[in-house]
Amino acid sequence: MRGVSPGMALILLLLVAFIVAALAAPWIAPFDPLRQSLLMRLRPPGTTVAAGMYLLGTDDLGRDLLSRVLHGARASIAVAALSVSISLAFGTLLGLLAGWFRGWVAIAIMRSVDTMLSIPAILLAVLTVAVLGPSFLNLILVLGLTRWPRYTRVAYAQTLQVATLPYIRAAEMAGAGSARILWRHILPNIAGPLMVVATSEFGLMILFEAGLSFLGLGIQPPYPSWGSIMSVGRQYVERAWWLTVFPGACLFVLVLCVNLFGDWLRDRVDPRSQGR
Amino acid sequence: MTTEPALIVENLSLALGRANLVDGVGFSVAPGEVLALVGESGCGKSVTAQAIMRLLAPVIRQTGGRVLLAGQDITALPERAMRALRGQAMSMIFQEPQAALDPLATVGTHIAEALRRPLRDVRDQVLQMLAEVGISDPARRIDQYPFELSGGMCQRVMIACALISRPAVLLADEPTTALDVTIQAQILDLLRRLAAERRTAVVLITHDMGVVADIADRVAVMYAGRIAETGPTAQIFARPRHPYTSLLLASIPRLTDAPKSALAVIEGRVPTPAEFGPGCRFASRCPLADDTCRAATPPLRDMGDGRLSACFHAEQLP
Repeated sequence: MRGVSPGMALILLLLVAFIVAALAAPWIAPFDPLRQSLLMRLRPPGTTVAAGMYLLGTDDLGRDLLSRVLHGARASIAVAALSVSISLAFGTLLGLLAGWFRGWVAIAIMRSVDTMLSIPAILLAVLTVAVLGPSFLNLILVLGLTRWPRYTRVAYAQTLQVATLPYIRAAEMAGAGSARILWRHILPNIAGPLMVVATSEFGLMILFEAGLSFLGLGIQPPYPSWGSIMSVGRQYVERAWWLTVFPGACLFVLVLCVNLFGDWLRDRVDPRSQGR
Repeated sequence: MTTEPALIVENLSLALGRANLVDGVGFSVAPGEVLALVGESGCGKSVTAQAIMRLLAPVIRQTGGRVLLAGQDITALPERAMRALRGQAMSMIFQEPQAALDPLATVGTHIAEALRRPLRDVRDQVLQMLAEVGISDPARRIDQYPFELSGGMCQRVMIACALISRPAVLLADEPTTALDVTIQAQILDLLRRLAAERRTAVVLITHDMGVVADIADRVAVMYAGRIAETGPTAQIFARPRHPYTSLLLASIPRLTDAPKSALAVIEGRVPTPAEFGPGCRFASRCPLADDTCRAATPPLRDMGDGRLSACFHAEQLP
């Protein structure tokens, strides 16, 4: 790859590190994230015991914070990846159909996009989870099915643009059907901008997951999530700062990396912003 | 040739709203023959081709006429059957070859798509076709993307796409306009040769009389949505039987013209569809026009030498 600046290399490295840490959490975590040890409650970072060192300290039930943060990364990234995949697939499909068939198909789809966008997504997510009951699956479904309109808008605008290009006319003249043209010719040509949207949504989904878990509507205890760790840590913030600082810092750095990666991707995909 | 025409267009009329874009256009092309459809921008050449393929912009309606492909009326064919014909029995190539190829599909993928088979199944056939359209090093080119090819090569790829399934009819919409003169001649030669070898009927849409003289067997001159004159190329060039054709030919600059002499022009401009009156559409610019011309539409008349002319005063032309 050409033109990766040292700063971008660092960001890519951090992103890879987060993903590897999340994937390998069960093997690299020093302790079982669920094992309580009530005698070791709220120990500060660096406390050493016979079994090893609590590198980031312990929480209110004496569980190792490092292990919980590592497992929490799993939850954050899994929820974000799955919900982004769902909304990307669903939103893109609708956008392609609206942009290709236009007419009443476009009216129906784009007006429901407008409707969805007029409902505050986070409120809808809170409501739905509150009604359906919090669970990992519900969390993903709710986030996935409330965030598709952005992809639909982008896919729709891009499809309208690409559909008028001569090579799409040529494919039609060669007898290709709608499904074939959409899948083989339009989708690959609009994938760039969609990936940019997906990346920025990925950062947002991590924040949403943390927010919902903080409110107790996401990942349920005893399973760790950055949001729920911070939620507990809030009560002890005067005595045990590490409980909020470490998961908060992870959240901040990960979302920042994802967003910077998204900006970089956008500059790469959009030739208009390559004016250097 | 006494063979049945591969393509017959009868009395085709197209309208945009209340404006008649194309009015009663008809022609036929025999297998292996090249018919040039000539006329200036906006005279209805390209929409005629789109109507033959039945891929008109939704705002344009066909208000009359028939299209017969190898004797079969395809005007009322369901869309599904039409799709099976496109690219198989009738193909089309375009003006901007580079824009007409999907930037994210390889040369091989494009040509295999015309055969509606995966590339790995038809690779040998595609390689052979690439060689036939004069692409050097087909084994390397087959996996390249359009941006790696020159304009001329892209047009060769388009021709390969269009002809690999051996269609009866090829519609070529200004296929050489975007290319420089040398490449233009090569592409025209290629089209001519492949059409003759494969007995493909070619409708060549152009506004370039030089291209017509190069390649066409017959010419149909269009003006403002109507056929002005049709006939064999040599006769049209030698003795036009419609004042528009004769002025068009007179306006081609010649090497024998004195340097810096004024270029011959046709005075006035093409009427817009809203301005079409009851009479001959060329009347406002025609030196021979009289009251008859302005009052009634001149029908296409047989001039006796295989030619048809839509002019009341055809006999008065030198």
